[in-house]
Amino acid sequence: MAAALADKRLVFVTGKGGVGKSTVATALGIAAARRGLRTIVAELSGQARAAQAFGIAAPSGEEVRLAEDLHALSVDMEQAMEEYLHERAGRVGDLLAASRAFHTFAHATPGMRELLTIGKAWELAQDRRRVSGAQPYDLVLVDAPATGHALGALRTPATFAEIARVGPIAHQGRTIDATLRDPAQTAVVAVALPEEMPVTETLALRRGLREAIGQEPAAVVVNACLPERLGPRQAKTVAEALSAASDRVVHAALRAALSQQARADAQREQVARLGDAPAPLELPYVFAEALRPAELGELADRLEVLL
Amino acid sequence: MSGVADWLADTRVCVVGGSGGVGKTTTSAALAAGMAARGLKVAVVTIDPAQRLATALGLDELDNEPQRIASERFAAAGLPLGEGELWAMTLDPKRTFDELIARLSPDDDTRERILANRVYRELSDAIAGSQEFTAVAKLHELAQDGGWDLLVLDTPPSRNALDFLDAPDRLRAFFEGRALQTLLRGGGAGLRLLGRGTGLVLGLLRRVTGAELLSDLSDFFRLLGGLLGGFRERAQQVEELLRAPGTTFLLVTSPEREPIDEALFFQRRLRSAGMTLGGAVVNRMHVDADALAGEDDALLDLPARIEQAAGLSPALAKQVAAAYADEHRLARRDAANMAHLRERLGGRVPLLQVPLLEDDVHDVAGLVRLYVHLFAASEAP
Repeated sequence: MAAALADKRLVFVTGKGGVGKSTVATALGIAAARRGLRTIVAELSGQARAAQAFGIAAPSGEEVRLAEDLHALSVDMEQAMEEYLHERAGRVGDLLAASRAFHTFAHATPGMRELLTIGKAWELAQDRRRVSGAQPYDLVLVDAPATGHALGALRTPATFAEIARVGPIAHQGRTIDATLRDPAQTAVVAVALPEEMPVTETLALRRGLREAIGQEPAAVVVNACLPERLGPRQAKTVAEALSAASDRVVHAALRAALSQQARADAQREQVARLGDAPAPLELPYVFAEALRPAELGELADRLEVLL
Repeated sequence: MSGVADWLADTRVCVVGGSGGVGKTTTSAALAAGMAARGLKVAVVTIDPAQRLATALGLDELDNEPQRIASERFAAAGLPLGEGELWAMTLDPKRTFDELIARLSPDDDTRERILANRVYRELSDAIAGSQEFTAVAKLHELAQDGGWDLLVLDTPPSRNALDFLDAPDRLRAFFEGRALQTLLRGGGAGLRLLGRGTGLVLGLLRRVTGAELLSDLSDFFRLLGGLLGGFRERAQQVEELLRAPGTTFLLVTSPEREPIDEALFFQRRLRSAGMTLGGAVVNRMHVDADALAGEDDALLDLPARIEQAAGLSPALAKQVAAAYADEHRLARRDAANMAHLRERLGGRVPLLQVPLLEDDVHDVAGLVRLYVHLFAASEAP
């Protein structure tokens, strides 16, 4: 399980909708910050879940500090565009950024949002930041959109480079694409649940990644794995006890244990489908009402091996 | 409490919405099968079914048109369809978008040039709302074809369920990017429309994007401009279909807080858009462990109680008690979230809960199990 994420600059966390990408990205961020890496969790889909978990307000486009060495940013397309234009063309760029016609253009161009947001994630990981006065980050954890959209976004820089052929966008596209393809700088973490659809989507992500940026996932994280409380022999004993139980609460407890075990067995089969290259890292099911920094910290303990 | 058959009594089109990972696809398929079992001719349009489910239904062949599911598959699992028919299809968004472009193109030349345009070919997936819009466009096409008693649409998976409702507007705005077409054509009346400085903007634009990209984009938008009239009409019809009296939305959610909050947000949007919400289904409820209601102290003595009453070893009794404590905690969380949902939905929206099933639903037998829960409280057919 040598994912060595701490050696990368840019780590994309993706997977099917609802599998806990934000949770994994945030917990990884906590683990990295503990190591003293200046870390930022960058969210591409306009939400600010990392900051929310810490109870901190995070206006779109603002880098906020969550804890020692841990920051979060909900990437804002407009702002990313203004920064890009300013760096590209200085005052002329600012003029463009202020033009309504240009905004119409940027919003209408298919893929421009993806290009700009992924460009912003890339920018966070540069030693020389575009944003004046901004400090560089050791590690940028991108809380990416769900698999299909994430693959689309990862492909965008190369697509623009190809369509534009020459000119600044082509150049920028090529530079970002080269970073994405370089396993020394960029890694992808696939998040799944131990269920049919998320596992299938993880397998599809593996193929899609190869095609999009020529990389394999550096790590596969399986979220919300139930504990294995009963072996086959014990499950049999419990099943026999269930048919004889008359105490209402004991009956319910025996049923709960069997039901949980049946679900854990089904999960096991799904995890097996993921294979072992890389070996999936299992996170326990968190039996809590909400994930707060304490729960995230426990998940971070488990994720440390990926750094 | 009533079952979904009552909610869908006079429904011709049922749109199933909710956030990703809550069981929308299986719920759509199970309710379509259940309505077919009531003698209706039903088609279900899904976006991305689990492979095993697709195989179980015989849906592996993708030709972007509904196919009839062999009734024997359901009869064998205990749900005879009788006179009813169940049809299903998996939507291919890219292909549906190509078909839409082809249908809206004023002539063959325009069609060929759009389909061959590099911006269209490489980036049409990235047109905001295109996948969502193609789903409703397909629904509309099937509704036009007629012959269906009920159409069920499983909406595309996305982080935000509202993407689906916003899609027609976003795509219309995209097609209507008239200011943009004028800008890219770079001349004449457009300059006055856009105000001063447009020539300058165009020059700067070339500087930050590169001339080739600009020329492909310019072509792309000019060609799309020719489709605008047809597209507007289509978007209008699609919106009318979504508001039609025979169209009902169903919300699907899991009992976790985030999907529930999203479902509530979706409901408010439906209401303000004048669309009908038929009911909400809460999947994956932890309900079994609720026997302890009101006597949480009993959790402490549970291992001993299990040991005595069931004759298990202390170690095993401890494991069983721990499993129960887990499930109990989740059952309480789910019940609280369910109460929140019920309160916020108000009394008029019927709610149905489906317990967590021990395995993913990935075959016909699983769909029939789900069907039993969805239709349990309905009036008999």
